[in-house]
Amino acid sequence: MRIKLNIWRQDDTASEGGFEHHEVEIDGDASFLEMLDVLNDRLTAEGKRSIAFDHDCREGICGSCSLVISGTPHGPRQVTSCQIYMRDFSDGEEITVEPFRSTAFPVLRDLIVDRSALDRVIEAGGYISVNAGPKPEPNSMPIHPETQEAAMDAAICIGCGACVAACPNGSGMLFTGAKVTHLNLLPQGEPERNHRARAMVRQHDDEGFGACTNTGECQVVCPQGISIKVIGELNREYRSAMIHKLRERGGPLEAQ
Amino acid sequence: MGHLSTLGGLGAHVRLDARIPDGPIADKWQNWLDDHRLVGPRQRGDHTVIVVGTGLAGASAAATLAGQGYRVEAFCFQDSARRAHSIAAQGGINATKDYANEGDSVRRLFVDTMKGGDFRAREANVWRLAETSTNIIDQAVAQGVPFNREYGGMLSTRSFGGVLVERTFYCRGQTGQQLLLGAYSALQRQVAEGRARVHNRHELLDVVLVGGQARGIIARNLVTGEIERHAADAVVLATGGYCNVYFLSTNAMGCNVTAAWRAHRRGAAFANPCFTQIHPTSIPQSGEYQSKLTLMSESLRNDGRVWVPRDENEAREPGDIPEAERYYYLEERYPRFGNLVPRDVASRAAKIVCDDGLGVGATGRAVYLDFRDAIAVRGEHSIEERYGNLFEMYERITGESPWRTPMKIYPAPHYSMGGLWVDYELQTTVPGLFAIGEANFSDHGANRLGASAMMQCLADGYFIAPHTVTNFVSGIADQVSTDDPAFDAAERDVRERVERLLGVGGTTPQTVFHRELGEVMLDRCGITRDAEGLRGALDRVREIRDAFWSDLRIEPGDEGINQTLENASRISDFLELAELMCRDALVREESCGCHLREEHQTHEGEAVRDDKGFANVQVWEWKGEGQEPGFATEDLRFDHIEPVTRSYK
Repeated sequence: MRIKLNIWRQDDTASEGGFEHHEVEIDGDASFLEMLDVLNDRLTAEGKRSIAFDHDCREGICGSCSLVISGTPHGPRQVTSCQIYMRDFSDGEEITVEPFRSTAFPVLRDLIVDRSALDRVIEAGGYISVNAGPKPEPNSMPIHPETQEAAMDAAICIGCGACVAACPNGSGMLFTGAKVTHLNLLPQGEPERNHRARAMVRQHDDEGFGACTNTGECQVVCPQGISIKVIGELNREYRSAMIHKLRERGGPLEAQ
Repeated sequence: MGHLSTLGGLGAHVRLDARIPDGPIADKWQNWLDDHRLVGPRQRGDHTVIVVGTGLAGASAAATLAGQGYRVEAFCFQDSARRAHSIAAQGGINATKDYANEGDSVRRLFVDTMKGGDFRAREANVWRLAETSTNIIDQAVAQGVPFNREYGGMLSTRSFGGVLVERTFYCRGQTGQQLLLGAYSALQRQVAEGRARVHNRHELLDVVLVGGQARGIIARNLVTGEIERHAADAVVLATGGYCNVYFLSTNAMGCNVTAAWRAHRRGAAFANPCFTQIHPTSIPQSGEYQSKLTLMSESLRNDGRVWVPRDENEAREPGDIPEAERYYYLEERYPRFGNLVPRDVASRAAKIVCDDGLGVGATGRAVYLDFRDAIAVRGEHSIEERYGNLFEMYERITGESPWRTPMKIYPAPHYSMGGLWVDYELQTTVPGLFAIGEANFSDHGANRLGASAMMQCLADGYFIAPHTVTNFVSGIADQVSTDDPAFDAAERDVRERVERLLGVGGTTPQTVFHRELGEVMLDRCGITRDAEGLRGALDRVREIRDAFWSDLRIEPGDEGINQTLENASRISDFLELAELMCRDALVREESCGCHLREEHQTHEGEAVRDDKGFANVQVWEWKGEGQEPGFATEDLRFDHIEPVTRSYK
């Protein structure tokens, strides 16, 4: 099949970018990224600069790949960009390819963005503070499988940032909510639950991610199918953490 | 007391002493811990440790060392530490908890691992691994890793990879992801505490030796192109495996041998490079453009039946082929284990039937994995529950539904048992340079058992390396500056190599050479090997390497992101490693585990191991470009298990 591509090219964060047109002849069984590989080999052979894009595992789990395909983060199938196959398109179709755009994700080159803001949100509290060393016998603390399943439903987030790219507010609340939900549901996460919710939300806001206004675009593109319910959980955890803080101080709630 | 090498061939400075502690095997690790040198809590902050790679081994080591109080500089080439390829491990992680009340024990896991490795692993290391396994589960649960649970709230376990006990812990089919996120979170916490720094989008291009010890690295910032110097008291390589030497593998696209290989070029000996595991259940290649192979979980073999048509001219759809005309070759050849034979046996059997012309699919390099009978016996619901997500993934990639037609599978390079030689302390032959996880050679012998890769990575990272690194840095009193002439020299070498890659001025993109290399290696140094093929491969690899260095074309510019340069740089190292793999396979005149030499098999095609001649680790030393490498062996002793012939008949 033959595909027409309008691909975003940008030298670095400071430069202005723009679309570049290419045409590629490709087998329908090739993946979208393999189609870009073929194009890149051609560009390299012609002495032109290849198209930079993030990718690694190509099995949908590492969260590296991050393309907006014809206007939708990760394209039309609610899977990661690497799991899109050319047979998902029709012969002669024109496809635009852009980076995950958001205030918190500066473009580094072409289709590569800097998502280290997500790491910093985890740094703020996305963990249970234990060092390596002897630990209690895990079966001494039974956890209901429904609790474990609900925690797992949130823990499967791959940190790709599609939720941010899809959100009109550039909000990272699905990502943040997924981690808070995972850890705060579990008894191990209990001691730090209030700090976690407060600190992660504060970092989220400081990174330039916007607030959630319940548009729900995030859950529609999430390749892991994480539900917007985690944002509800996050709001509930955040509220109760702030009330907790208020009670602790015995005074009016300060602006964070 | 270690097992000293018996053959010459390594430089006089290279010690091949495994330094295994005295005492009964069950006490060795505790004895070592009791005697090792400590660093006081207030002194730890004076020591810097570099950890390269942030997969399960690297992230857990970096987090633990920082938690102990050392200053940790962690490096990864990905955009975040969370993306290392450990994330893709599916099945599970072994631990001898004996929750299933089967009489499982440290000894049983030790025996399974030694046997699985076909008696080419070091006893003391394997025992320690088995011993440490339970701590890993405790640690992960404390971190909030959501392992599957039973109705009563207890942890679930299952049997995996053909073992006879249920000792595998799992988080659905995403165990690697959850364990890695646990380690990554622990590392990010140390970043927040100010004890660790993560240098993402950085690639190690050299190890710097000062006074014969590893005291730093040269890394390239993949965003700016800057060549950076980093000094430390010890360097830990947790840089994974090298199966991308085969071009098509189940590894992530970025997995590479560069860090291990550059360390090898600086004096770290390389052990058993030809030991590579070819996993039997991958989705077959569909075309020339293909960039990687996707693994289907091994658990599918619990219910799927593997077969090919008996007639090589078979033209019917698989569903139309009657029972009598199907060749269930694993069940026929191995009636006791059937479809659950170990990975190497299953891979070899698939290659043999395809070589005989019975393979299916467009390329003839595939076999059927059929769920028809399992669906009929267990019902759709039960199969959906077990494999629903895998069926979906298969359909997504191939466009065919396993509910209607059998899956097609074929073996794919998956894991490298070989790696940097390390002693009991996980230290390479370069003092101060440690190698952990898949990057070292130590625990899996000639074949790795399912659900034991993650176990080894986390044992190394959480529980072993932090202590052995402590033992080492306790003896370091001086600080090394990055102005040291050794850094000047290493940086010069790195710059020269980068300029050389940019300056070839040919016409062919790097991937073309990589694909050619992969074809040669899979054909000659893959599922089976023979002397003639290996000698031919040595010539071919050199030809491809010469062509690479005379006809390579990558995009110009060492400033800013240049992915063709990153890729070509990694391929240049694979082109050197490939030669060593073929040499190693040639010298090992026996069949063991993954390594099947055509000359060494029974009439029925089963491997013939030679314990008199080859119960050893083959160790190689770099002597310079175009020079014959140094060679020696570390003899293996089996005092706690009698080597037996593996039989799955």
